Amino acid sequence: MKKIEIPEAENLGRGHLACAGCGAAVGMRLVLKALGEKMVMVIPASCWSIIPGQWPYSSLKIPHVHAGFVTGGATASGIRAALDIRGDRETLVVVWAGDGGTFDIGIQSLSGAAERNEDILYICNDNEAYMNTGTQRSAATPFLAWTTTTPVQRPKENPKKDIVAIMADHRIPYAATATPAYAEDLFKKLEKAKRIRGTRFLHLLSPCPPGWKFSSEHTVRISRLAVRSRVFPLYEVENGTSYSLYEEPRTVPVKEYLRIQGRFSHLNDREIEIIQERVDQEWQRLLKRACC
Amino acid sequence: MRKIITGNQAVAYGVMLSRVDLIAAYPITPQTTIVEELSELCATGRLKARFLKVESEHSAMAALIGASTGGVRVFTATSSHGLAYMHEMLHWASGARLPIVMVNVNRALAPPWNIWSEQTDSLSQRDTGWIQFYCENNQEVLDTILQAYRIAEGVRLPVMVVLDAYVLSHTAEAVEIPGEDEATRFVPEYCPPYRIDTEEPLGFSTIATPEYFFEFRYRMQKAMEEVPRFAREVEEEFAASFGRRYGAIERYGGDEPDVLLVTSGTVTSTSRTVIRKMMERGVNVAGMKIKRFRPLPSEEVFEATRKAKKVAVIDRNLSAGVGGIFAQELKACLYSRETRPPLFPFVSGLGGRDITPDLIEEAILYALEHSKPEEEILWLGLKR
Repeated sequence: MKKIEIPEAENLGRGHLACAGCGAAVGMRLVLKALGEKMVMVIPASCWSIIPGQWPYSSLKIPHVHAGFVTGGATASGIRAALDIRGDRETLVVVWAGDGGTFDIGIQSLSGAAERNEDILYICNDNEAYMNTGTQRSAATPFLAWTTTTPVQRPKENPKKDIVAIMADHRIPYAATATPAYAEDLFKKLEKAKRIRGTRFLHLLSPCPPGWKFSSEHTVRISRLAVRSRVFPLYEVENGTSYSLYEEPRTVPVKEYLRIQGRFSHLNDREIEIIQERVDQEWQRLLKRACC
Repeated sequence: MRKIITGNQAVAYGVMLSRVDLIAAYPITPQTTIVEELSELCATGRLKARFLKVESEHSAMAALIGASTGGVRVFTATSSHGLAYMHEMLHWASGARLPIVMVNVNRALAPPWNIWSEQTDSLSQRDTGWIQFYCENNQEVLDTILQAYRIAEGVRLPVMVVLDAYVLSHTAEAVEIPGEDEATRFVPEYCPPYRIDTEEPLGFSTIATPEYFFEFRYRMQKAMEEVPRFAREVEEEFAASFGRRYGAIERYGGDEPDVLLVTSGTVTSTSRTVIRKMMERGVNVAGMKIKRFRPLPSEEVFEATRKAKKVAVIDRNLSAGVGGIFAQELKACLYSRETRPPLFPFVSGLGGRDITPDLIEEAILYALEHSKPEEEILWLGLKR
């Protein structure tokens, strides 16, 4: 296997406002390293409306356009068109949206862009709740998790929306999952995505210390456990049908992933068992898709 | 070239002659034929523009915001619910100081469902920081679009060009279509002062704290204040090339009228006829058309009303709880003046009901016969 070289040049400058241990700050840093300088980033309302810093400063060293909450897909479509009109087919248009801006309020404009197969790379920075407003549930919040709007007396009742399946079913050329603990995997996927034309979708799981309630030194550990427990499998889907799945050889029970996060601390053993069953079912569902 | 075309076709010609780079639009009655006409012009290559067929009006405006930030000339058209759906992005377009031009075909908002003419859709966007022009005929529609790009790109504010549903949008009349060369001389290539550029990376619409935000809005107001002078210069240039001028307002009829009738859009055309006939009968009456609603030409409005004994306003719109919106704006405009003639605020023609010559005459006669209005809102043509 080809060794991945991660460039030293930084396009996320110092002085950004991310929380200590923010998984998305690690993710952003890697994404910017992978994508280089010929890019423009569209940022719909999310933690990243704040994190780069306030006017007149910014810690993002690439052109970036802050955008309305629901408009990631549409704003990127407009920018792509403008660049094309200017004769610039080279500059990559990247959306960096949160799970709220992707799974919930922004899904219409994302779906529209994907249906038109706009030549953009859409990255969903998924921290599994509305973290910028202080941890309210989104359609990306996992089953039985605590958030401020799904208190422990009545934790989230519905499973997480399967956003990659939704995007893949638009028959876009590329959809994939990634998380910062697997930096080389993330890098490879971005390099691949860069070479493809059309709508590319990357679902990036970003552990969030204040929202998930864990100590900030555990970010990478939790990111890794999400994959090893099969809560968040790493895979790719090309053209909506061709699945490639990364099988973690050292799997762990879901309990290990749940027990180090305060947002799951209210769960009893029976509830953890139910989650384990659901994770297993989802894994089988994914295997079925990957095999057929 | 003179052609018989509808208001919506006039829009398409205006867009083509302005050499728009990108159109993003979503169909809605009665705007639809604009979208169809522009699709055809793009598909056949007569208009070398990209047409983004987006999945909603909200996305249409968002796409234009992205493209305009990317430095190209953009256009969309909508109506009624489509405009209401865009509302958030209208603030975004003006806040980002993007020279976007949009056509809105005035249509009532549901419920009950109604697809006919009423101005409440565009007037309820009055605080979004958009320049607004209300057109009276198809020629004015075309001409205003050409001027709109000059003004938008000159002061860096978005412009909404408004026309009445059906009475203009679907009614054909003779329109003088400027030649491509003279149109190009009038609307030259768009050169944005800044745009997305990987060589000079910038952050657009970055968060601004209370320490800075206030000044952004102050500058937006200052840009609005530049519009009267700038638009006048643009129109003088337009008149020199094409021989037509409209003004921010237009005053017609007697100089010191007993009643000055204020209208906008196509109601003005009907009013012209009514006023002419009444003047022939010896009634001392005059008319004023308000074309530019934002920024409101308050100086011209004051001058035009100064010598009128009474002012009657016909509003085809309603701000429920207050009344007609043009009437309210006129009152606000005249409050600080020494001469404040009595104002008769008529509301008429909601949901596309015809505002007939008889109704207009009824309004003028009412104003002549009363020293002041008997009610807060004077309902014209209402079935009680």
